[in-house]
Amino acid sequence: MKPTAFDYVRATSLDHAVAVLAEHDGDAKVLAGGQSLVPLLAMRLAQPTVLVDLAGLDELSYLRADGAHLEIGAMTRARTVETADLVAGRVPLLPAALRHVGHVTIRNRGTIGGSAAHADPAAELPAVLRALDGELVATGPGGRRTIAAADFFRGFLDTALEPGEVLTAVRLPAQPAGVRVAVQEFARRHGDFAIVAVFAAVELDDSARIRSARIAVAGADQVPVRAAAAEELLAGRPPTPDLLVAAADAVAAATRPTDDIHAPADYRRRIAAVLTRRCLEQATAARAERSTAA
Amino acid sequence: MSTEITVRVNGVPRTAHVEPRRTLSDFLRKDCALAGVRVGCEHGVCGACTVVLDGRTARSCCTLAVQADGTDIGTVEGLADGTRLHPLQEAFWKHHGLQCGFCTPGILLTVQELLADNPDPSDEEIREGLSGNICRCTGYQFIVDAVREAAAVLRAETNGHATG
Ligand SMILES: Cc1cc2nc3c(=O)[nH]c(=O)nc-3n(C[C@H](O)[C@H](O)[C@H](O)COP(=O)(O)OP(=O)(O)OC[C@H]3O[C@@H](n4cnc5c(N)ncnc54)[C@H](O)[C@@H]3O)c2cc1C
Ligand code: FES
Ligand code: FES
Repeated sequence: MKPTAFDYVRATSLDHAVAVLAEHDGDAKVLAGGQSLVPLLAMRLAQPTVLVDLAGLDELSYLRADGAHLEIGAMTRARTVETADLVAGRVPLLPAALRHVGHVTIRNRGTIGGSAAHADPAAELPAVLRALDGELVATGPGGRRTIAAADFFRGFLDTALEPGEVLTAVRLPAQPAGVRVAVQEFARRHGDFAIVAVFAAVELDDSARIRSARIAVAGADQVPVRAAAAEELLAGRPPTPDLLVAAADAVAAATRPTDDIHAPADYRRRIAAVLTRRCLEQATAARAERSTAA
Repeated sequence: MSTEITVRVNGVPRTAHVEPRRTLSDFLRKDCALAGVRVGCEHGVCGACTVVLDGRTARSCCTLAVQADGTDIGTVEGLADGTRLHPLQEAFWKHHGLQCGFCTPGILLTVQELLADNPDPSDEEIREGLSGNICRCTGYQFIVDAVREAAAVLRAETNGHATG
């Protein structure tokens, strides 16, 4: 199928984009990389009257390390973030996760802001934002506001963004040196949206006990799941096989999958447990790499 | 409403009026008569429509023609040097890396980028690089063989140039 007709506006500034969105009062949509939106238009699942293309807004394409944070402009391409040394050094979980987003060709075009705003529950970036307590920055007619990732992802393809708001950046806390990360995904074909994906960032202390763990799961609820109970279970303990299994069970218990055409709920829950155990084994292995894509 | 765009397609400048809803794949096939741009799934999954936008691969079915305004576009038609096939095309021919050839343009451009990023990929890396392109005919083994050989040819060419 082909998209229905719409008008196209290439925004010349952030203010211009916000003004055009306001003028069209909910019928306009922002266009970033188009990797999710153009297929939705072709399938006529989205039928906006106007598309506001942010492609010309260089002001939204940047990587910035400010103090304890890494800030990524919404229009920065996934491939740029995945390959940037600044990102690998500060937030190693992010490149490890982005390597699983579609294929290189998709990541060449897809943007960080587009992935966050699209809010697919199986997507990698939203889960990383949840795992690391990221923040999202948006600008609308009422000005600029910052939203915690915990409040941003509200449901299937549903976020806290108001119709007239443009997502301008995501912010992630810089991770402690020595953090060990692991990503485990189960997908039908490398690069497809995962049936379930687990993301872990673990810090070990000098006696190889777990100082802290951060775990999030994609594909196991309408939003990315943060596994707080499992994180508490792990904190301060040595990573014994029994502990990792208990944590994996706690992660599975935190998920709320539903049956769909790809997998029944119980199957997803079991995969979440298996992938969590593998993530934790990988992140706590004696000579684990600092950053490892599984 | 139609919008004016100016692009370079395989090095040739072109200005056109397009409807905003026209995909880049339809623009290239129908307005530019470049039938090497294949359209399979039209939602980003099969890779048949892959083109090169400003040096990086892109799905032309997931890109609107208006989004390509101002870019340099490469299609499979630009791969050969006159009548001399690109080493990748040579290797696909030699190793029977295609049967019907529907997927081949997208695969050639995808693999060209893979080898530019990683000139000496392992078989596993080649398979991962190919994972975004669906071939219905060849079972991939001959494609992997062709890519491995083309990689060696391209490395030899680059080294040749580097040393003189
Ligand atoms: C074959 C295929 C496989 C894929 N596999 C994966 C995968 O495994 N994991 C994954 O995470 N993603 C996957 N994707 C999706 C891909 O990552 C998209 O790039 C991403 O979800 C959307 O980013 P975009 O920049 O292309 O946004 P667009 O498609 O342009 O926009 C997506 C949505 O976000 C809105 N939007 C975009 N930017 C903003 C902004 N700044 N402010 C407000 N709203 C905005 C748009 O209005 C639209 O509703 C896949 C896509 C394809 C085609
Ligand atoms: S036609 Fe574009 S990816 Fe299938
Ligand atoms: S050769 Fe026929 S689809 Fe690949």
